[in-house]
Amino acid sequence: MPRVTLKLFALLGARLPPGSVANATEVVTAEGTCVADILSGFGLTDRECHLVLLNGNFVPVDERASTRVTEGDAVAVWPPIGGG
Amino acid sequence: MSWTGKFLRIDLSAGTVKTEALNRDWARQYLGQRGLATKYFTEEVDPKVEPLAPENKMIFTTGPLTGTAASTGGRYSVVTKGPLTGCIACSNSGGFFGNELKNAGWDMIIVEGRSPKPVYLSIENETVEIRDASAYWGKTVWETENGLKADHQDPLLRVASIGAAGEKGVLYACIVNDLHRAAGRSGVGAVMGSKNLKAVAVRGTRGVRVKDPDRFMAVATEQKKVLADNAVTGQGLPKFGTQVLMNVINELGALPTRNFREVQFEGAHKISAEAMHEPRPTDGKPNLATNGACFGCTIACGRISRMDPGHFSITSRPQYSEPSGGVEYEAAWAMGSDCGVDDLEACTFANFMCNEHGIDPISFGSTLAAAMELYETGVLTKEMTGGVELKFGSAEALVKMAELTGRGEGFGLELGQGSRRFCAKYGHPELSMTVKSQEFPAYDPRGIQGMGLTYATSNRGACHLRSYTVASEVLGIPFKTDPLSTDGKAALVKAFQDATAAFDASGICIFTTFAWSLENLAPQLDAACEGEWTPEVLLEVGERIWTLERQFNLAAGMTAKDDTLPKRLLKDAAKTGPAKGLTSGLDKMLPEYYQLRGWTPDGVPTPETLSRLAL
Repeated sequence: MPRVTLKLFALLGARLPPGSVANATEVVTAEGTCVADILSGFGLTDRECHLVLLNGNFVPVDERASTRVTEGDAVAVWPPIGGG
Repeated sequence: MSWTGKFLRIDLSAGTVKTEALNRDWARQYLGQRGLATKYFTEEVDPKVEPLAPENKMIFTTGPLTGTAASTGGRYSVVTKGPLTGCIACSNSGGFFGNELKNAGWDMIIVEGRSPKPVYLSIENETVEIRDASAYWGKTVWETENGLKADHQDPLLRVASIGAAGEKGVLYACIVNDLHRAAGRSGVGAVMGSKNLKAVAVRGTRGVRVKDPDRFMAVATEQKKVLADNAVTGQGLPKFGTQVLMNVINELGALPTRNFREVQFEGAHKISAEAMHEPRPTDGKPNLATNGACFGCTIACGRISRMDPGHFSITSRPQYSEPSGGVEYEAAWAMGSDCGVDDLEACTFANFMCNEHGIDPISFGSTLAAAMELYETGVLTKEMTGGVELKFGSAEALVKMAELTGRGEGFGLELGQGSRRFCAKYGHPELSMTVKSQEFPAYDPRGIQGMGLTYATSNRGACHLRSYTVASEVLGIPFKTDPLSTDGKAALVKAFQDATAAFDASGICIFTTFAWSLENLAPQLDAACEGEWTPEVLLEVGERIWTLERQFNLAAGMTAKDDTLPKRLLKDAAKTGPAKGLTSGLDKMLPEYYQLRGWTPDGVPTPETLSRLAL
């Protein structure tokens, strides 16, 4: 049962469970869970999840359903954002 | 239309004010603002001029869309030779000053010479006077702006001014307008101070005429809808500002930390956009009071912060208890993670200081970070810093040094010479994280490879706003590229540089480019301005501007050897994150970049390139 840290930033932060600290929560997953499973488990759509990083590495939208998570991974997600 | 067709020439040595007609041929070739002013500047100023000598000139310049109904159409720039860099300097600012200058009937102000005594320039439409500013010399930006408004009995007067930092030659002094918007980089405020010019105060009520008002209003409205409907410009930037990048770049392993020794900061969340929204445990209020917009802006990314009244820094500063300009991402990074400081209130206080006294928080924070590394390695001692322990992570050191540098006093004057000169003075030039003597912004080139080439080739020294490839490499705008790869980055950087120059020349904010391309800008210019303005024409204008800036820098003495990065980024691999084990691959990108630009392997534009661009 891998434990994964899910981080939801910017407007997506409102989707975190109450009491979450530093925009992060721990998710206990089943073996073979993919990034897409975690996102859908929080009701997040592909359109909302503009930028998804797995341990800092970009996960393209068409690879979210095939990218498995393992113990200790961190999935960080942002809606469309900009800066400078 | 939409140029006013005239500009002011102010000779401070002679005390004269003249009006001149705008060169329309140059306007067609260089559009406006960054482009047109650079053309005037390079025609009139010896590239080898000493930046703080009277022979250097400075140009306050608007673009053709400044003062119009185009979204974000309130920008102005200051073009001069930068004292920090020895390169062409062009610092761009928002707020309301640019709009006011254009509405007073002026495309530009060319300032020459040096006044024998402190003066300010008063502009009320066509009534222009050089006035005594002795009473304001030594005053802060905030005191000057509020004082001039009271003197003129006009709360709508728009003021661009310098603080003591600019007067005393801090080499990254800003020109600040509207209290907390700044022409921030390269030390344009020090040039203003060298001329004994304290402020420019403008009131303009003449309006700005466009070529085809009906078509312009239709297309400007249409393009505002594009901004509103875009999730970045319509939601993300208004709500979280540029500061939303703090956690993104940290997760990516590209957040320069403790003078670029590391690429991830354990305290990033505490100084992030998300933290600015969270109620403080001390008073239950968030740091962020509201967002703010410049003239005509429909994005409103600005941060207005209210400090914690119980924070140690503010106890003797009642003027800082009111909401004011809060940290943007660059300031939060430079004074936060680069100095190892995770105290959001201290960063906010230091940012207020930068605004009040007129210094660039990027260069200040980065120079302080280098000083902290010198302190930790024992090169600097407490006796040398005026009794301040310059340890990484010290919020006390940050706020103290911000004040000393802003006021141009004590050890702050040393920090005010910038990182390259400072580190060289203490025998460790390799610790200066600069290109062409200008301090880096907030993206580590080991984790975002395109930014290494961006910094190395930037015409005004290290800068993110000359080709913001982060948009593509991280945010996927307009398409996603791999931040860890050098493949294709030469072409990406060139494309961003040329398009950005065109946006900068138009009078529009570069943040529109999260939703707009030249396809969105061109129809607005075409409806507003004489001539035919297409995306293709604008791209050529952008390339012409870029090459002209390069020509000036080469004539000033820069060579291809200056298109490089500090050894730390080329030799020392990132220690953590996705870029672990990587250095900057600048050597793989730079030759291709020169080739794509039509430059020789030594970085010099070929005669064919110059001819193609009518240079």
